[in-house]
Amino acid sequence: MSIDKATVARIARLAHLDVPEDDLEALAGELSNILGWVEQLGEVDTEGVAPMTSVVEVTLPRRADEVTDGGDADKIVANAPQRDGDFFVVPKVIE
Amino acid sequence: MTDAPLIQGRTGEWEVVIGLEVHAQVIARAKLFSGASTAFGAPPNSQVSLVDAAMPGMLPVINEACVEQAVRTGLALGAEINLTSVFDRKNYFYPDLPAGYQISQYGQPIVGKGEIVLDLADGGARTVGITRLHLEQDAGKSLHDRGPNATHVDLNRSGIALMEIVSEPDMRSAEEAGAYVRKLRSILRTIGTCDGNMDEGSMRCDVNVSVRRPGAALGTRTETKNLNSIRFVMRAVEYEARRQIEVLEDGGAVAQETRLFDPDRGETRPMRTKEEAHDYRYFPDPDLLPLTLDAEWVAKIKASLPELPDARKARFMAEYGLIADDAGVLVAERESADYFEALAEGRDAKTAANWVIHDLFGQLNRAGGEIADSPVSAAALGGLLDLIAGGAISGRIAKDVFAEMFASGREASAIVEEKGLRQVSDEGAIAAIVDQIIADNPGQAAAYATNPKVIGWFVGQVMKATQGQANPAVVNAVLRKKLEG
Repeated sequence: MSIDKATVARIARLAHLDVPEDDLEALAGELSNILGWVEQLGEVDTEGVAPMTSVVEVTLPRRADEVTDGGDADKIVANAPQRDGDFFVVPKVIE
Repeated sequence: MTDAPLIQGRTGEWEVVIGLEVHAQVIARAKLFSGASTAFGAPPNSQVSLVDAAMPGMLPVINEACVEQAVRTGLALGAEINLTSVFDRKNYFYPDLPAGYQISQYGQPIVGKGEIVLDLADGGARTVGITRLHLEQDAGKSLHDRGPNATHVDLNRSGIALMEIVSEPDMRSAEEAGAYVRKLRSILRTIGTCDGNMDEGSMRCDVNVSVRRPGAALGTRTETKNLNSIRFVMRAVEYEARRQIEVLEDGGAVAQETRLFDPDRGETRPMRTKEEAHDYRYFPDPDLLPLTLDAEWVAKIKASLPELPDARKARFMAEYGLIADDAGVLVAERESADYFEALAEGRDAKTAANWVIHDLFGQLNRAGGEIADSPVSAAALGGLLDLIAGGAISGRIAKDVFAEMFASGREASAIVEEKGLRQVSDEGAIAAIVDQIIADNPGQAAAYATNPKVIGWFVGQVMKATQGQANPAVVNAVLRKKLEG
């Protein structure tokens, strides 16, 4: 499977990455190589083998329904570029 | 099955096809993947863990109570429970979604196909399929009105567990869409998995609407997002159906798009953002293993389900002899059904149902309140019914007493004593009044021989003279005796 320039531009836009036009060609080549390498796995016969979700035999750990966190708004907004009291403030996004 | 109601356009009839996605906040103390509180109305960002704020290196750990609530809901919808389900990342950018993705379930939701039976106003029923129910995180809240060029973000809601409940496109009118939301809310409240408070945002609806000629293939649909009342759901359906029919009848095509409902204008309009064709690039969340459930655990939850609204309705009809309409109205909200059962205990059930449905609901509607806020408790209304049943007051006087109870919150007996409203059943006292009225109206009295219906006029006169306090049965008996004698 190969990826063209337009696809790279599109997934960059979806990921909000600013990729200069000049880099698209090279990235398309790199990504195609990675996909080609992974595609080799397709050569293994997996007929009748259940999909594996983890290499370790564990189940999803669960938590009891108890409030154990929160209560420190100051810490939460500490790194915000802009704050107003305990709100995060971002440029206006209006719908 | 009721026939689909059709809308008459300029060029013929149209059928509306509606599917609903309901986001229901799960009742739990803590969030889906963090230990922060879910309580409503806290100061901004005071109920946020570093997981909810998507700080680097934080790992989600699932809250087992949220899983149980989703399973309970699935079982109450008669749905398949998937013993293995998978959490995926749904990728999009918005300031109230700090991770840049929402943890949701895409290909393998926790709950599969189920159904809901709607009771319609004409006495009919319609079965609406449930496509699926999955667990996902709620987003934070953006406030756009606190500054001219800024949006304020509060992450308290970020990470609260939501159940997204998706219906099949099985509804055919605004009325059915409203009945669906009402019924779903009633089920969720009965089993205690969502409080259903739409004005607090704990239940929100997205409405998919399309129109077609009867029997034709499905038309292009629009999705109107984030409706927070049943009335808005119904108005959005009506508006969208009309709008789409007009577009098509003018020779245009309906655009598949996301729209917003403007409650002030009662209209929908397209969302302004150019969407990247909804490319969410779902993929399994590498931080979370598949969620596996034990079949025995699921069976235990099933055995613990309370009586559901449909079963309760059937029981009200069988046990109390109520008609389907009355039973349906009473079970629509758990609080009304509980109120009725408390009132009917040891009293005539049909009388109790009439008082709840006509008098109590009537007063509540006028006051704009819910039954939970009723100033008259079931015990207090019971006191009033006991006064009627014991002959202390007439049914007519009881209506006035009830209005007074509703306004003041006082006991029936106190009002009756204070205002001297006790029914007069003393035959001697009534006879004296009757004698006077007959003496004053000899013409009417003479007319009785040829027109016995004139007795009604006399009853009215006696009631007038006694301010409605005379016992009607005694009045009738005395009048008949006097007029015939």
